[in-house]
Amino acid sequence: MRSLRQCVSLMLERFFVNTDPIIWLTIFVLAIFVGIEVISKVSSTLHTPLMSGANAIHGVILVGAVLVAGSAKSTPILVLGLVAVILASINMVGGFVVTDRMLVMFSRPKRALEKSGRRELEQ
Amino acid sequence: MTPAWAQLGYLIAAVCFIVALKGLSSPKHARRGNLIGAAGALLACVIVFLVSDIQHLLPILAAIAAGTAIGVVGAYRVHMTQMPQMVALFNGVGGGAAAIVAIIELTEMQRGTAPVFDLIATAFTILVGSVSFAGSIVTFLKLQELMTTRPVVFAGYQILYGFGLLTALGFSVGLVLMPILLFAVLLAVVGVALGVLLVLPVGGADVPIVISLLNAFTGLTVAASGYLLQNILLLIAGTLVGSAGTLLTRLMASAMGRSVINILFGALKGGSTLGATTVSDRPVKSASPADVAILLGYAQRVIIVPGYGLAVAQAQHALRQLVDLLEERGVEVDYAIHPVAGRMPGHMNVLLAEAQVPYEQLKEMDEIDPEFKQADVALVVGANDVVNPAAETTPGAPIYGMPILHANQARQVVFMKRSMRPGFAGIENELLYQPTTTLLFGDAKDTMSKLLAELKALTV
Repeated sequence: MRSLRQCVSLMLERFFVNTDPIIWLTIFVLAIFVGIEVISKVSSTLHTPLMSGANAIHGVILVGAVLVAGSAKSTPILVLGLVAVILASINMVGGFVVTDRMLVMFSRPKRALEKSGRRELEQ
Repeated sequence: MTPAWAQLGYLIAAVCFIVALKGLSSPKHARRGNLIGAAGALLACVIVFLVSDIQHLLPILAAIAAGTAIGVVGAYRVHMTQMPQMVALFNGVGGGAAAIVAIIELTEMQRGTAPVFDLIATAFTILVGSVSFAGSIVTFLKLQELMTTRPVVFAGYQILYGFGLLTALGFSVGLVLMPILLFAVLLAVVGVALGVLLVLPVGGADVPIVISLLNAFTGLTVAASGYLLQNILLLIAGTLVGSAGTLLTRLMASAMGRSVINILFGALKGGSTLGATTVSDRPVKSASPADVAILLGYAQRVIIVPGYGLAVAQAQHALRQLVDLLEERGVEVDYAIHPVAGRMPGHMNVLLAEAQVPYEQLKEMDEIDPEFKQADVALVVGANDVVNPAAETTPGAPIYGMPILHANQARQVVFMKRSMRPGFAGIENELLYQPTTTLLFGDAKDTMSKLLAELKALTV
């Protein structure tokens, strides 16, 4: 069991932690195609929420901001890092919340429809 | 070195983001998709605290709390009509954060030992991050109408822009050769200037396309900083947003019948100034709410063309009541939704959904447009550019080439307008002077309730 775990973790480390730029380039290029592929069939109705959702996803720069702020060695750098942390969390949290607010409205008419259907049945 | 379990966690987060984008592009799974994306982001944040040696833990957590509070309050306070500029602001601060991260990373690099490719990625992130930041602020100012919504072009714009690009290139090369803070700061300043210049010549109606483009830019800066920080998740997430955002920008532009290049630089060719500034004093036919109530009440088929003005006046609830009343009288009513009605594609659907208009009454343009010929009345509420025939008849108009709703083919056209002011694109609408067109002046909400009262009186 232990050797299997070691083996898996070695494999993962080889694959993910390789600093060879070619690996990074490979992941970059593949991710481009995934990004294009997943949204290629979106209807224009959803353009606004999709833009907003994608916007929230790049808020994950928060991870980067925490990393640089967490290794700051001087006060000015720390302050700058904290500014980045604040900005990134606004982007991430605000982005997801505002997207959800929009999408709740999309699902609401369905419920209203069910209600009116029921009213008709009652009559 | 990051342990394997953390790498696996990042992989799961990356998959969450892909699933989120996939979900967001279908109406059925959109909300779930967004929540999955949020879960992925949360997972990534937890991992970074567990796995990395984070100093200054307390200030960082406080900063996250502050940012979260600002984000949540902003997201809940914003009116649905102001959604596009809110997205622009969120995008801008993200770009700013990426630029700051790159600047800090630079201070950590030892002169002469940093790999060239790292320095190129640093320069890219600083430059594009600040372009995105400044550009987003200008789009916010335009959409909030804190500055003119018309394209801003001045003599020597091209020269200034070219000079800006050359300077940016120069500082980037400087940064790569000599990684000092001065070059980074100068590069950020030039980036801010370029961002402002990029958005200034874009007309108000096209600004949402630019938001989408800047969104893609920010995605790419996040990808580059992922490479810098050797964090695979940032690379994947940033690249996903970069490529999906670029495609989305093109899709939005094609919904308006425009190319992205035309939107960004069309005003420089001088086309957009056509027939814009003067409000003509040609005669128009106006009517009272009572006249229009009779017109609508005795029609068989009415098509409503809602626009941004409807939402600004918060008249969508009154409009729904009007439609309910008309349907009780046996009038067949539909809403014709132009792809770019509101301020960006899909915006009007959100606004009408807020007023609980049944989804099946909202007809997409391709479906409803042929039906205008059979319609007795086309009721245009707070819309203008999306029914402007200039899009087909006037080459050189800023909206030329955009597909429009042919409201002019209906037997009668009723325009509910606040004034004779032209639409967001800033051009005059010939439809207003057509013999079959009647104008109903006034605030949309106010007029709508008068119309409602008249219609009720008619029914009794």
